[in-house]
Amino acid sequence: MKVTFPHMGNAHIPIKALLKGLKLDVIPPPPISKKTMELGVKYSPEFACLPLKVNMGNFIEAIEAGADTIVMAGGWGPCRFGYYAQVERDILKNLNYDFRMVILEAPDSQVSELLKQIKALGENVGLWEAWKAIKFAWYKLNAVETLEKQFEYFLPRAINKDEVERIFDKGLENIDLANDRKEVNNFTRITLKKMQEQPCHNQPILRIGLVGEIYTILEPATNYNVARYMGRLNAEVTRSIYMSDWVNDHLLGGWIKKSRHGEIINCASPYLNYWVGGHGRETVGYTVDFARKQYDGVVQIGPLTCMPEIVAQSVLGKVSEREGIPCMTMYFDEHSGQTGIYTRLEAFIDMLQRQSYLQSSVRREEPIIAGI
Amino acid sequence: MYYYLGVDIGSVSSNFVLMDQYGNIREKIYLRTLGNPVKAIKEGFTQIKSRQGGQLDIRGVGTTGSGRHLADVLLGADVVKNEITAHAVAASAIFPGVRTILEIGGQDSKIIILKNGIVQDFAMNTVCAAGTGSFLDQQAARLSIAIEDFGDYAIRSRQGIRIAGRCGVFAESDMIHKQQMGYPTEDIIMGLCEALVRNYLNNVAKGKKIEEPIVFQGGVAANAGIKKAFEKVLNSQVQVPESYEVMGAIGSAMLAQEEREQSQAPGNYRGDDFILEGEFKSSSHECKGCPNLCEVVCIKRNQEILAYWGDRCKKWENSINRQDKLQVI
Repeated sequence: MKVTFPHMGNAHIPIKALLKGLKLDVIPPPPISKKTMELGVKYSPEFACLPLKVNMGNFIEAIEAGADTIVMAGGWGPCRFGYYAQVERDILKNLNYDFRMVILEAPDSQVSELLKQIKALGENVGLWEAWKAIKFAWYKLNAVETLEKQFEYFLPRAINKDEVERIFDKGLENIDLANDRKEVNNFTRITLKKMQEQPCHNQPILRIGLVGEIYTILEPATNYNVARYMGRLNAEVTRSIYMSDWVNDHLLGGWIKKSRHGEIINCASPYLNYWVGGHGRETVGYTVDFARKQYDGVVQIGPLTCMPEIVAQSVLGKVSEREGIPCMTMYFDEHSGQTGIYTRLEAFIDMLQRQSYLQSSVRREEPIIAGI
Repeated sequence: MYYYLGVDIGSVSSNFVLMDQYGNIREKIYLRTLGNPVKAIKEGFTQIKSRQGGQLDIRGVGTTGSGRHLADVLLGADVVKNEITAHAVAASAIFPGVRTILEIGGQDSKIIILKNGIVQDFAMNTVCAAGTGSFLDQQAARLSIAIEDFGDYAIRSRQGIRIAGRCGVFAESDMIHKQQMGYPTEDIIMGLCEALVRNYLNNVAKGKKIEEPIVFQGGVAANAGIKKAFEKVLNSQVQVPESYEVMGAIGSAMLAQEEREQSQAPGNYRGDDFILEGEFKSSSHECKGCPNLCEVVCIKRNQEILAYWGDRCKKWENSINRQDKLQVI
């Protein structure tokens, strides 16, 4: 059995660790490229959202590389994603590919269900080994996120941004290769140290919250790397979604670490009081949360035609006005012209920089007047 | 006397502004880009030189528009800024206290909301170019009316007729239908102007609060019919600046001045000879480094490579810029 799975940002690192721990042959899809997009777009319904198209591209490329089993997440609720695994299976069957599909239904607070599903996948390991595999994957996931968060902090501050990017990419590569906890710790420490040693400038740093649909936020290939682009413009980007939070809240029922999920849902009130599917309510909640934490702005991203995000977007205008935080929404589809995206982002960052420049110059004058 | 050069390379037009140290506009040039920005930049610069005569002491250069990076490579810019900032800076210098800027250019349109001279909010058209200059151009050509006279036709109308403005294609078929029914051309054109304004307010402004003073700029501001339609729909006064068509270039000249007056470092301007005497060539090739197969563009002056771009991984882009960057540090 040669197992593959769809890409989602750096999630391939822990997923690979998990599947390897279950003593399975893993064939991850090649990194998402123009070819992946072309394949995906060619074989997907035109009105489906970008995640489905990228998944399709991933699966086709992985099957061609020799995979025979696809592990895909399921789901339920108003977001179309819940049905994607089935649609993808049918399309691939129609294309005459020979494979087996294992759909992991998100159990939402039923840990035993998930364990059972994973156990079903690992037919050649015992319960204890399955447990160990999960724990090691979780460990790698946390290491990856530590790097991601530090990267988000250092990229806007560093003078040589190319170098920081290179250190970060290399660090991820190493964590992917690590075989045990000790190696993971080692690589994490070395990478963090290298990032910290990079010389920093002392220009003002903007703080931007990135909210929206989970796949678009986590997978840079679908959002034209907006986070790095903003980082290069001296803006520190904080995402609303990190993989570990999602796993914790939705797969493990908030059981493994302290969750802010309830708090965020409360923030969404009174703007959006209902669960609208996907991460619509979280988008609104996090925007309010970022505003109250004095962030400079919020960028909402999602795939074109994403219903939950459209609902959230229609509420964000009011949030922006009442909470006093500038918001910008961007939708992504398979366009290749990046100029339009970067022009809008640059204009948004520029607007915030000029606003905060003005505020800081006002602030600087005050104590002088008080002194007189 | 020394000068600042503002350059706005758009999809349809390339604009140049020469501003002196006191902020007076000495020269403004509006050219069609005609699909060849390199030629347009050279041509614009040559015209400025020949009109002014003699040596120009250019202290700073600012570029904007979708071709801003190209213009930067050719001229050596001190400020490379997006159109939003450039337009906002220019408009608030000419109309202090402006609250809303409506800007419609060749292929894009934007709305900018300001408060105390600072941009508070903005939006750009995303997928639809129905309300922009290119579409008006096309319709004028179809009716064989010079685009310059298009607006005059519209304001001669006493009652615009209803044209569907949701989509450019449907607007066109609506216009043809009304024309075959025998409605006067003036009324059809006024109807089109009103339709485009509705389209703009629905697709770009999307419910943003439009407050006075309102400034209307960009190439389409030449069209008196659109201005009249805006005034009618918004029920407020709309002002069009004298240099409405080159506001982006004016803004970037101002930004260049601001930058140069604050900084101690020497300017980036590459000199007259660099642009006038060099032969610029661009070529592209497909990078085979990974499955992305990026189309990498290379800009050359004579034999010297000036810049690469178009690669996602920045392998090519950084190969040439690295030296400069490290020197700056």
